[in-house]
Order: sequence, then structure tokens, then C-alpha cells
Amino acid sequence: MPRLIKDSQIVEDDWVMVGSSSEAVDLAESGQRVFMPLELLQAVIADIPVDATIGVLLEPGQEPSQVCDYIDRLQLVAVNFPVFTDGRGFSYARELRQTHEFAGELRATGDIMRDQFHYLKRSGFNAFQPDDDSSLESDLQSLDDFSDAYQASIDRPEPLFRRR
Amino acid sequence: MYVYDQYDQRLVDERVAQYRDQTRRFLAGELTEAQFLPLRLQNGLYVQRLAPMLRIAVPYGLLNSTQLRKVADISRRYDKGYVHISTRQNIQINWPMLSDTPDILEELASVQMHAIQTSGNCIRNTTTDQFAGVAADELEDPRPWCEIIRQWSTFHPEFAFLPRKFKIAVCGSEADRAAMHNHDIGLELLLDSGGTPGFRVLVGGGLGRTPMIGQEIHPFLEWQHLLTYLESILRVYNQHGRRDNKYKARIKILVKAMGIEAFRSRVEEEWDVIRDGPATLTEAELERCKGFFTSPGYKKFEDSKPAVATQRDLDLAFARWLDRNTLPHRVPGYQIVNLSLKATGYAPGDLTDKQLEAIADLADQYSFGEIRTTHQQNMVLADVEHSALHELWLKLSALGLATPNIGYLTDIICCPGGDFCALANAKSIPIAEAIQTRFDNLDYLYDLGPIDLNISGCMNACGHHHVGHIGILGVDKKGQEFYQVSLGGNQGKDASLGKILGPAFAQEDMPEVIGKIIDTYLNHRTEDEPFLDTYRRIGLQPFKESVYAEAN
Repeated sequence: MPRLIKDSQIVEDDWVMVGSSSEAVDLAESGQRVFMPLELLQAVIADIPVDATIGVLLEPGQEPSQVCDYIDRLQLVAVNFPVFTDGRGFSYARELRQTHEFAGELRATGDIMRDQFHYLKRSGFNAFQPDDDSSLESDLQSLDDFSDAYQASIDRPEPLFRRR
Repeated sequence: MYVYDQYDQRLVDERVAQYRDQTRRFLAGELTEAQFLPLRLQNGLYVQRLAPMLRIAVPYGLLNSTQLRKVADISRRYDKGYVHISTRQNIQINWPMLSDTPDILEELASVQMHAIQTSGNCIRNTTTDQFAGVAADELEDPRPWCEIIRQWSTFHPEFAFLPRKFKIAVCGSEADRAAMHNHDIGLELLLDSGGTPGFRVLVGGGLGRTPMIGQEIHPFLEWQHLLTYLESILRVYNQHGRRDNKYKARIKILVKAMGIEAFRSRVEEEWDVIRDGPATLTEAELERCKGFFTSPGYKKFEDSKPAVATQRDLDLAFARWLDRNTLPHRVPGYQIVNLSLKATGYAPGDLTDKQLEAIADLADQYSFGEIRTTHQQNMVLADVEHSALHELWLKLSALGLATPNIGYLTDIICCPGGDFCALANAKSIPIAEAIQTRFDNLDYLYDLGPIDLNISGCMNACGHHHVGHIGILGVDKKGQEFYQVSLGGNQGKDASLGKILGPAFAQEDMPEVIGKIIDTYLNHRTEDEPFLDTYRRIGLQPFKESVYAEAN
């Protein structure tokens, strides 16, 4: 089973990514945690039981406002970074947490590297699943590269100037 | 100036540790070139034509003498013993070893310096007026605001991977010496009727391939909202700025494509979410930051000008320097002194380790231990007593730092160009030198009045050629270096972009081309009319006719 970092621990991934509407509905009905691309979610959301555990995968260009209508039904929002230099996902995370008050698992996936984990965490992500998961132990340590920060952020809403 | 507390110091120290490990991983093959690239850039390290280049941050151009000595020491031990002042008021060293850069950054951190975000697609060093705090025409000291922006922009988690670089300038005076119209965001400090400061906010200005003048997005932003408003602009840009083409990725392209009205609405939507939230600035924080920029212990002088006036009368060379390189200070008995880094025969903006140390000593002796860098690539000692001016002038002359040309044709802004930079299409330093040599007669130079001549070695425009009264751009024509000339640019509050004169010229023709442009100006000017005014009155055509006449 693939692994990831979640809430500062290395855990096994118990979510399944689905690619078709039948797979999405069948697995969701069976109680499996499933997440899917935005287009698929939009197509099948009406057919999935309301008590199913589901999530969505957002790509750059798919803004969080596109899931705000059913955000209460999502337990996972994964934001993909196809290339690590495309920083739109940082703003998506902030918007999901702050504007849409999403409280479930917010996962960064794709071409992300440990040098970004601290920023990702501060933007609102609590789970990290890099394509290259061969060094999750050292990746985990990078979450603590910095002990403080100047700005207001999702993980610490009070900026430093209100605390110093 | 600002002094780090334990928070600031710890963040910089932790950054050095992080970068040291990143460099180790790169050298061990654990990080690819592509992965290491943005990491090293955000720590100031470029890989240039011949060697790496490290760009050291000088926040809003302010340094103390200890820091300057450290830079001198670093340039001697890790480099070739000279540095370059950039048009973002930063300091560059041109020959460090990649493997030494973590040690260099650690040494910088020991004197409260760093190279954080001096490159890369992130928020860069905020720049401002080199005469902040001492200028006679100042409404509000921009430095505390720059420091507030520095802290907010340092390691901002959301904006480290923007579509492209992002530059902010703050202007607090009547004359704009910060080029606010040519920045991604320009902030103009204004006072309301009760004397409370706020900001006129400009957005979408810039130079580079597609130069644009910034547009007003907010006429008067109350100061408490500075950071939430900046954050809202950046948020719209981060999500909607183009990422498919690096030449169209700056915010100016987005603002133009959306239109300023639509862009403003999107910013306001984002602002509604965070306005009045915890990032709203507090009186306490403003007072804390202002507390670092109080006046130094000025002496009280009745009127010391007569002594200077006598020295001035006795010595023509001193008079020339006094009139051109110094400015009135707002405190009686003091003068602002510009150090010209534009001596003929030396690369504009370059200084040796020995000069840096000597400047540090002069700062300690004559100007409360502080030095400023300018975006025109000069330096400033801001608080010099009138009675010390003659002595200081003698010392600066001996150091080659008293060329009396500040604001004149030979005070050329010039990027490092093809001699150093991997991006350049053409060399720029030899062009500057040839023009300086052509106009080496000081009386003639002064007769020409103030003229900004700016040179960039490529269209990235580090030499600000678009806003030079005369701009020169290095271009590549079938592998040969050519130079395109533009006229009529300006960087003040009435900012304008230069218009291209016509086909580009060969390197050896450049001094003569500039000579003809100057002759045309002299033929057309009314009595004391400055170059820019003459150009604006008569337009491009007369210049075109004279420059291209013989060639045809």
C-alpha cells in the first residue's frame, strides 16, 4: 500500500483513486474511501450515497470554488502539483481552509519535494504524498525546517507581530 | 536601522541550515539541476556565464559599517575582491564557489544579512528612496513600511512559487526616487487631511520585454490594511498569472488582459475574506518598526554654510563635487553625500574590497555608521556635517568615489551585461566606458544638464533602459552584438517609456550616436531646458534625422 505523511506521521494510504463512474459508485457504496478527478466527481456526485467517504483531486486551474457546493460531503481534497514550480496549489489550500472552511484531509500530491513541505503545511495542507516516496522519513523532518514564521497562515493565524 | 531580535535571527539561521542541506543533497546527486534551481535562486545564487553569482540582499538599500566590512571580507576570501551594486540596491559577488555558498550565507547571517529571495519567482527585495529619512521633500519615512513588507514577504508560504518574480517599491516623498511606476506593485505614501499615512497603490508596472507603467488600483489604502491588501493582489496573481510563457508571466500582463477594473474586483473579493483579520497591522507593530528609524543624534547647528561656502570659492574641484554630488539635508548643518561609482574606466556600480572597507570607515567617521545603496548603482552617506564635507571629499577623491557626475550623462545605470551575465545578448560595460570617455569634459557635461542614460545588455532590462532619458539595449543580430537606442524614458512621478529611435548600431558607433543625439538636443533646446523637456517638446523625429542622416 502506498505511504504518505499525514498529521506529521508516516501512514499507509487507505484511499483509492477511481477513474470511472461505475467504479466510483460501487466502491463508495461498499464503504471504500474513494477519491476522483473533479470532472468525475461532478458527474457522479448525485449517484453516490450521502454517507459515503469520498474525496476529490484538483489539478492546477481547477479552483476550489468549483467544489464549494459539495464541500461538506468531502473528507479528502487532494491538490495535485504536476510540476513543483507551479504554485497555484498553495493558494488553493489557503482558500479551501479559510474561505470554504474545509476541515477534512487536505493532501498535496505529485511533483512536490521536502523543501516545500513547510510552506505547504503553513498554507493548510496536513497530508503530503510526493511521487517519490522513497525518503518520507527525512521528508517528515523538513516540516520543522523553520520554528516560526512572520506571516499569518492557516496553521498559525496570528502573525508574528501580534506575538513578539 | 532595523536590528534583528531573536525571531529574525533564528529564521535566518534556520534558512542557512536548510540551504546547507539542499546544497549537500545537490552535490551528492540527490537533487537534480531542475530541483535545485529554484532553491538556490531563492537563496540568491545564479549560475552565470563564467561562474556562479551570489546576490546579497540589502533590504531597501540600508547597510551599517559592520555589514559592509563583512561583505568586503567575503568578497576577498570567497571571491575576487570586488562586488557590484545592482539596480535593486543589492550587492552581487561574481565568482563564488557553489560549495562555499552555505558558508558565505552563514557569515552574512552573523551580521544580520542574507540572500533570501534575491532571485527566483517570489517576492524580491523591496526598494525605496535612497534618501529616506533625510530628504527635504519627504512626507513619510518609507523605511518602517519597507521593513514591515520585508518581514511579510520573507518565506511567505503561499507566494514562493509565483508565475514569475515580483517586485515592490515604496515612495514616501514628493519626487519619486524609487521608480514606483515600474514595479509590479508601487506604493506611494500619502497623508490624509489629519496627517495619517496611507498608500496610493499602483499595480502592473514593469520593465523587461513588455514595459508598462503601473495603474492605480487603490487611491488611498489605510495603512492598517497594507498587508491584507498586498496579500489579496498576490493571491489573484498567483492563481491567475500566466504560467505557460515566462515572457507573459508578470502581473502586468494579467492586469492588462483582465483590465484594471476587473482585476480590482477580484482583488476586492479576496480582500473581503481577510480584511480586518489577524494580518491587519497594529499601532504597536508600526511603532515598533518606526522605533528603528528614528533620527540619529544630530548636533544643533545655527548655520555652518559660510565655512563650506568659503571652501567652495577656493576650490573649483570641490565646488563641482559639492554642487553635483551632495544634496540639502532636512536638518540644518548636515548634507546628503552621494558616492559616485561611475568613474570612467571602472564598471558602473563596481567596488573593490578595499573601497568597501574605506567606505565603512568613512561611514563610521562622518555618517553615524550607516551607508545606503541606490538603484542608480551609487552609494550614499546620508548624514554628513557641513564642516566635514571638504575633508570627506578629499578622502573620497583619493578612493575614486568623488567623480562629480551624479545625475549627469556619465552617471550611467548599467547591468553587468555580456561580460558576466548568461542572459545577456550583448556587452554593456564597454559601451558605458566608451560614452564616459567621449563625455569626459566636466564643463561640457554640466552644460548638458541632467540626463539619465541607462544600458541593458538584453531585454530583461536590468539596466532600466526603458526609463532612461536615453536608453540603450543590447541586441543580437545574427550572432553580432548591436545596440538599439530609445529616447524619452523617465522614472519619476511623470514616468514614461522610451521610444525606439530606429535600427540598431554597432558597438564602435555608439559614442558618436550619443554625440549626435546630444548635438540635436543642444541645437533645439531653449535656454536652460533639460534634455527630457526638449525631447518631449520636439519629439523623436529631429533626433532620428540627425542620427541616421550620414548613414543613409
